[in-house]
Amino acid sequence: MKKYKEVSIDSTTQQMYERAQEMGIETVWERLEKQQPQCGYGLLGVCCRNCMMGPCRINPFGGEPTRGVCGADADTIVARNLLRMIAAGAAAHSDHGRHVALTLLIAAEMAEKFKKEGKPVLELDNMASNTLPYQVRDAEKLKAVAERLGIETEGKTIRELAKEVAEVALHDFGKQDEEALRFLKAYLNPKTYEVFETAAAKAGMPWFENGILPRGIDREIVESLHRTHIGTDHDPVSILLHGLKTSLGDAWGGSLIATELQDILFGTPQVIKAEANLGVLKEDYVNIVVHGHEPVLSEKIVEAAQDPELIELAQKYGAKGINVVGMCCTGLEVLMRHGIPIAGNFLQQEMAIVTGAVEAMVVDVQCIMPATVDVARCFHTKIIDTSPLATFPGAIHIKFDERRADEIAKEIVRTAVENFPNRSKKRVEIPKEKMAGYVGFSVEAILKHFGGNLKPIEEAIVEGKIKGVAGLVGCNNPKIKQDHNHIKIANELMKRDVLLIGTGCWATAAMKYGIFLPEYADTDNVGPGLREFAKEWGIPPALNMGSCVDCTRMLVLADLIARDLNVPISALPVVGSAPEAMTEKAVSIGTYFVASGITTHLGIVPPVLGGPKVVKILTQDLYDIVGAAFIVEPDPYKAARLMYDHIMKKRKELGI
Amino acid sequence: MPTDSTPTIFIDPAKCIGCRQCEIACAVEHSQSKDLFSAIFEDPLPLPRIHILPMGAYNVPMNCRHCDGAPCVEVCPTGALFHDEDGAVMITPEKCIGCKMCAIVCPFGIPEFEALNGVMFKCDMCPDRRAEGRVPACVEACKTGALQFGTIDEIVGRVRKETAEKIIKLKEGEYEEEYNGWDLYRSMYAEIIRVNEGESK
Repeated sequence: MKKYKEVSIDSTTQQMYERAQEMGIETVWERLEKQQPQCGYGLLGVCCRNCMMGPCRINPFGGEPTRGVCGADADTIVARNLLRMIAAGAAAHSDHGRHVALTLLIAAEMAEKFKKEGKPVLELDNMASNTLPYQVRDAEKLKAVAERLGIETEGKTIRELAKEVAEVALHDFGKQDEEALRFLKAYLNPKTYEVFETAAAKAGMPWFENGILPRGIDREIVESLHRTHIGTDHDPVSILLHGLKTSLGDAWGGSLIATELQDILFGTPQVIKAEANLGVLKEDYVNIVVHGHEPVLSEKIVEAAQDPELIELAQKYGAKGINVVGMCCTGLEVLMRHGIPIAGNFLQQEMAIVTGAVEAMVVDVQCIMPATVDVARCFHTKIIDTSPLATFPGAIHIKFDERRADEIAKEIVRTAVENFPNRSKKRVEIPKEKMAGYVGFSVEAILKHFGGNLKPIEEAIVEGKIKGVAGLVGCNNPKIKQDHNHIKIANELMKRDVLLIGTGCWATAAMKYGIFLPEYADTDNVGPGLREFAKEWGIPPALNMGSCVDCTRMLVLADLIARDLNVPISALPVVGSAPEAMTEKAVSIGTYFVASGITTHLGIVPPVLGGPKVVKILTQDLYDIVGAAFIVEPDPYKAARLMYDHIMKKRKELGI
Repeated sequence: MPTDSTPTIFIDPAKCIGCRQCEIACAVEHSQSKDLFSAIFEDPLPLPRIHILPMGAYNVPMNCRHCDGAPCVEVCPTGALFHDEDGAVMITPEKCIGCKMCAIVCPFGIPEFEALNGVMFKCDMCPDRRAEGRVPACVEACKTGALQFGTIDEIVGRVRKETAEKIIKLKEGEYEEEYNGWDLYRSMYAEIIRVNEGESK
């Protein structure tokens, strides 16, 4: 068994991990240990299970077999496996985006129906009615998005615009023509567009007619599965080119739609102060943890928890009230928009239950461990699964339906409240530690903060006050001490005057560590230039841009700077990093960062090393194709140096 | 020299699913870096000392038995092969002249020829791991228990107990219910072969 200090640098995780060990509760770290040593073929990506002549494995030590039954060699197998990972990651993000687009459409249609039925509603046309489950909270953003998409806004009601934007988004998912996605065309600067158009020709594959421009979000994902079917595409180059294309469908399609339409429905995040870490759980309150990725449900849970009737019920059971806290990206969604405290990132989901103070963990989709149900069995905690596409054996199923959102959210909160009397007070142990931070740095909030444009950031970069910008992203991975690499890389970059922007589990890690406080700029972990810039503008040295689907906010920001300088994104002194990557979504994000021109570091070796040609393409050849490539480096100090070197190289190329 | 307390690697073909993880783990253990991601880039590439042989519906892990009175040790003309203090049969490459006599006399076909240096190589029961009190790499990698590490008394004792349990179950007519998934797969596989052969005749 591991010592508590080996698993995490987070003291609340250490404390709860020790508690779990004392109680004999198995957690993610024990399960990882039981998997050791992990399959070498799997780690190298040289195992193919795509047909029933297999499974096939390539001998990584040079001997036989060098080919699978069909004749595929290591590079073909590795490339195909990677493409499948990208497709799965893009599918997860994009299905989330589809769900949001459908919700916007349902909201518009319900408003129309209400109007026809003559129901008593307030300001129906701008969809701010109290009787509708979902409304347009940010009409300004709706108009801005509609204008970008080239939709005529003059003389149209908010309801009509919402419907049209939702329809364009849904069209991008399933359209069959050869044109690039409408959302991509609306958001991408022309210089980067050109790079996408010519990328395949540069790679020697001119038959990719529109380069790596994605045509349909679903189509590229489906084509990935087609290409990797036995006997279809075998050239690692064309397989990987399609991987770039699929990931771009995620970036400038599925994920972008998710972020933009969520802002329209739930409000665009504005700068707000909030708290993070397990210390946000409250001893005398009914604690509800919302965990997963989609805010469509959690928004309603937050609302329902404010219902006077339910608060009264909680008090009747002896609680002081209802305390909703977040976990993972669902947590970040409600954190960014409402300042709801976030209890932790990926590796703290089991730890939250171990406090013994959680009445219900309400889960939707992605990154929720089935083990939460097993840990919950040791306490009174109820796991409530809500998404029709994610059912957990042993959990309570209260499946969500947008049309009855209010009713269902109340039922979920009621279930949690009614569980409060089952809590054993003797078994409650909540770590005290929590940390405050400023969150809510959407692109709109950043623009507002800097006076309507990005000139101040750009000037600081040109002056050299800031050397460049690094986008840090997501995930914990039990193979790495929790949050260790996140914080080390962040500090090492800030020391070198690199402004940080970030999302996902990285953002939660940074917040727990105090990096989102303006005072953090005074520490030795921040260089003098960045310190001066942060002080001048009253911002922390790192900006929280939201959940992992919100990585598109970083792309939109990069796009705006590229537009201002009239260069492709790949010319900017910008890097990306996923220091503790874990999911297929992270593979898709990393790929779309690189495809969009942002050289990206990975702190975990992805399953590609078994294919030397594939490794060369990913780490070298892509520079010539899209102007950016992957850096793989498990050591956080070395990684930060490599990222900084890349920023300096780009500065030199720009002549600044 | 070996004693009854010398541990050995016990193989159980009934439990081997042929994943070949032991081969990878063995090669990594015998690499310079002892790390998979670095080992695949080494020159010369490290080689495994254990091999999985598919025999019909069974897979048989073949590794050195580290025999007491090993014919390979006895026949080696230069004394390159010897028993270490744990009883493992080891090879000193500097003394090996590549005559391959050990391969000829080994009843299991274990010693292999390394063409690059013209010497023989074989399973050494992971001396570095033994020094740290850890089990050999192949045993650690085996997730099904097809490879087990222990003294002959432990192994014989375990087999004796398992067999005794089977006999009781046989007597009580419960044995068939005890089939695990792999046994089921194997019996189905045998049935398919039987049917196919029957049809082709």
